[in-house]
Amino acid sequence: MKHFTIKTAFAGVAVLALSAGLAQAAQTDITVGMQLEPPHLDPTSAAAGAIDSVTYANIFEGLTRFTSTGAIVPGLAESWDISDDGLTYTFHLHDGVKFHDGTDMNADDVKFTLDRARAEDSANAQKALFAAIAEVNVIDPLTVEVKLSEPNGNMLFNLAWGDAVIVAPESIDTIKTNPVGTGPFKFSNWVQGDKIEITRNPDYWGTPAKLEKATFKFISDPTAAFASVMAEDVDVFTGFPAPENLPQFEADPRFQVLVGSTEGETILSTNNKMPPFDNVKVREALAHAINRQEIIDGAMFGYGTPIGTHFAPHHPAYVDLTALSTHDPELSRKLLAEAGFPDGFTTTLKLPPPSYARRGGEIIAAQLAAVGIKTEITNVEWAQWLEQVFRGKDYGLTIVSHTEPLDIGIYAQPDYYFQYDNPAFQALMEELNATTDPTKRAAMLGAAQATISKDYVNGYLFQLAALTVANAKVVGLWENAPTQATDLTAVYWED
Amino acid sequence: MLRYTLKRLLSLALSLIVASVVIFVAIEVVPGDPASYMLGINAQPDTVAALREELGLNVGPFQRYVNWITGLVRGDFGTSYTYRTEVADMIGERLWISLPLALFALTMSTLIAFPAGILAATKRGSAWDVAVMGVTQLGVAIPNFWFAMLIVLVFAINLRWFSAGGFPGWDQGLAVGLKALLLPAISLALPQASILARVMRSALLDTLDEDFIRTARAKGLTRRQVLRRHALRNAMIPVLTIIGLQFSFLLAGAIIIENVFFLPGLGRLVFQSISQRDLIVVESVVMLLVFAVVVVNFAVDLAYAAVDPRLRSRG
Amino acid sequence: MGRGGWVRAALSSRSFMFGLILSLLFLGAALLSFFWTPFDVARLTISERLQLPSAMHWFGTDHFGRDIFSMIMVGARTSIAVALVAVGIGMVMGVPLGLAAAARAGRLLDEIIMRGNDLVFAFPALLIAIMITAVFGASAVNAIIAIGIFNIPVFARLTRGAALSLWKRDYVMSARVAGKGAARISAEHILPNIANLLIVQGTIQFSLGILAEAGLSYVGLGAQPPTPSWGRMLADAQTLISLAPHIAIFPGLAIVFTVLGLNLMGDGLRDLFDPRLRRARA
Repeated sequence: MKHFTIKTAFAGVAVLALSAGLAQAAQTDITVGMQLEPPHLDPTSAAAGAIDSVTYANIFEGLTRFTSTGAIVPGLAESWDISDDGLTYTFHLHDGVKFHDGTDMNADDVKFTLDRARAEDSANAQKALFAAIAEVNVIDPLTVEVKLSEPNGNMLFNLAWGDAVIVAPESIDTIKTNPVGTGPFKFSNWVQGDKIEITRNPDYWGTPAKLEKATFKFISDPTAAFASVMAEDVDVFTGFPAPENLPQFEADPRFQVLVGSTEGETILSTNNKMPPFDNVKVREALAHAINRQEIIDGAMFGYGTPIGTHFAPHHPAYVDLTALSTHDPELSRKLLAEAGFPDGFTTTLKLPPPSYARRGGEIIAAQLAAVGIKTEITNVEWAQWLEQVFRGKDYGLTIVSHTEPLDIGIYAQPDYYFQYDNPAFQALMEELNATTDPTKRAAMLGAAQATISKDYVNGYLFQLAALTVANAKVVGLWENAPTQATDLTAVYWED
Repeated sequence: MLRYTLKRLLSLALSLIVASVVIFVAIEVVPGDPASYMLGINAQPDTVAALREELGLNVGPFQRYVNWITGLVRGDFGTSYTYRTEVADMIGERLWISLPLALFALTMSTLIAFPAGILAATKRGSAWDVAVMGVTQLGVAIPNFWFAMLIVLVFAINLRWFSAGGFPGWDQGLAVGLKALLLPAISLALPQASILARVMRSALLDTLDEDFIRTARAKGLTRRQVLRRHALRNAMIPVLTIIGLQFSFLLAGAIIIENVFFLPGLGRLVFQSISQRDLIVVESVVMLLVFAVVVVNFAVDLAYAAVDPRLRSRG
Repeated sequence: MGRGGWVRAALSSRSFMFGLILSLLFLGAALLSFFWTPFDVARLTISERLQLPSAMHWFGTDHFGRDIFSMIMVGARTSIAVALVAVGIGMVMGVPLGLAAAARAGRLLDEIIMRGNDLVFAFPALLIAIMITAVFGASAVNAIIAIGIFNIPVFARLTRGAALSLWKRDYVMSARVAGKGAARISAEHILPNIANLLIVQGTIQFSLGILAEAGLSYVGLGAQPPTPSWGRMLADAQTLISLAPHIAIFPGLAIVFTVLGLNLMGDGLRDLFDPRLRRARA
């Protein structure tokens, strides 16, 4: 192996010496397990949530940021002014912020980042977040002016996403393998297929991190995940993939289990253009055939909150619409008969890898069979899912968790994979985007939730729970997952 | 001999060309576009197109094949679509786990199989023989991944003697590395050792039956001397053939075991790359493994031919 | 050896009988499952999940509350069907190739067939199986094809080797002198004389096929849910193994006993067909 050189040998010796010296002090390093390995480390050019899980708030920071509760707070911008017409945002940046390579973070970097993200040839996976931006102007090194083409009530929220973190033009060419950000941790090493290591940034502009070093270990197999926590090979496992094992961790004093909320609406996505699902009666029948609690119990071992629409229950504007789609096989059969399918029909059910989909799919197939709807299950890898379902729209039903925060807007895109085309809903969304008043926004969001729920666009199943297992002595972890992140800034070991 | 070697070389080259075409064509039709996978579900078509261009996916398949092959010949395996690093480096890194694991398992299986096979053959019909035959019969029937699950349950989860998987890296020391590879190696070695022990036994039985052994016995050599000087040496030919086969199996076939123990080895690299549509990695690893097997076969054939001229005419 | 002697020999071979009984047991379970299983494997009862073995559920219930005993019965069907068809593919394609190669020994056709064989052997089998299922999607049919392809060279090589020695025999020589063509000789004189060998090898490939099917389903590339399959039962059981070991143990044992049964039967058959070996081993 090329990489196994004298340097690595020295590093090994150094680590040994260090760990010997620190044996008595409180532990200052942590190993965090997670299921998915990032394909690379540039959060601004890929959708892979795993990139944010490693980099968000640790390596990279944006103008604004999410807190663990989902609130938007200042990040690299210490404050901002919004003009009365809602079209001009003026951000005042923190002074003295430096990138890990020692260069200053200033207004030019902000302009570079935003212009790059919204450029014609941008590879940003969430380009739509920046669609409202008309121009970005540098006023002085610490002041940036962002002009919008139309008012956008979500602008500060949009800028908090991992896709909007500030990057520097000097380091952009190698960002994928050597990310250079402004955060409290620096990237130090990546053993592909195994782990990524980050170390404390001694020159951090804000409150420095308490940990010296953190290792992200990638363990895709749920059993291996369980075993690695049990054997204490990892100190924390975020997004723990096997909910069935959580009671064992809860019963064990060595561990703590955190159950929080995520932005993941898990839905039975339905191809609204494919017969017979173009008939709202059939979709309604589908909704009544489903027993949510059984799915939550069977697939998630009880972890998850039932939802009746595409909206996170912990959000203030959430409306509980589960009553529109109660489990009622009798009604379901009646609706099917009215729609012209007294004997049911056969459709496809394509299931991506996560266990909520694979296990949930088997349960749903049995529930649908009970009302006469036969399903052909196909397990697909994510790449095939994207190709066949998401892009090719070659599916009847599929199960997927939509983890982007506040993403009800996807129902306004008629060419989105579930192909819901309702001009009234689209108009509502346009109005919502142009509204900044919080009360009016909440009312509109409520109306939007009700519209898609009454149209039975998809089968709304449950809100994915954020499951974290950690060593009992680890303090400061996020309980909820308002965005994909493993914010280690405030994490430390209790003695 | 020269003519035979040349002929075999020609067929070796032909085999490799056919194999490379088969691999390339098979992987070209994999449904799934790496660019759209990398960008995820909210990506816009123009972004995907830009990435396709960047990855060189826009030229025709023939050109891509030629690019790939000429690269391989020069030792340039291309750049991984997903990780953006040199495929050659990735393979090199993974080989440092897969190769030691295969050798470890092979060593273990040989160390178990040789004494067991010899014991069973020399004490034919005894309780030892019955025991060896019974255990190996069971060993062949146990799926190695199931066995792996059971030993993880017992030794890692319940007893906590071993880590349940993962690899700390060789820089942590040889003992640490070997310890991490012990349970996977045992899982892999179990069926291999069973097969090898059975082959060893029957090969020995066959040779012990042959005339020259009787002659040797008649000349007054002890059983042990006969065994060591004549029978074992002759039994080694089938045994070594099996060991050769097993090594290539272990190198490539450890994929499931690597998954059970989440070892970042070659097999897992392929599995991961297939699900990520990282075609260039899949192509290169499979090609490399095929190359290894074909070349080993070639070498074995030549060695046999050198020993036994009759084989040459077989061509 | 007369027919009676053969049966008597079979009956007196303990390991052969044990293998035969085990194999028949699983075959019987698979056939019976078409008409009857203790519980319906399509019905999920989440509230009854992960129960330990009891008088009602002999092997307990799985994570969806399904009866594991019934699942194993239906799973036997999948395993047997996949392995059987895969062996069939290997024989139907491999035996004619081997016969042809032997008939044209040393010539171009022989060379092509044998090199083709080496080529297939050179591919790491499991990787290619995974590639096939990755390309065409995971399904029982693709698992069959993947396993079947690797059976072809096994039968081709075996057939060629056995046929080559037969071609030198007197009765084949005389058939050639009588003007019979190579195809006719292969069919009339060679094939019947290597049938025993093929049956023995078929049994062994069958048991390997069951192991391969289990491995492929275990990694999610075999039969798709809700069709029960042993390998997938083990995969499903994996995260639950520390919670409810029985759901991992019974499907594993089913695989072990089926494979064991077939192997014992194969070994027994070989001994019966080849009295010289039987004497040697007795």
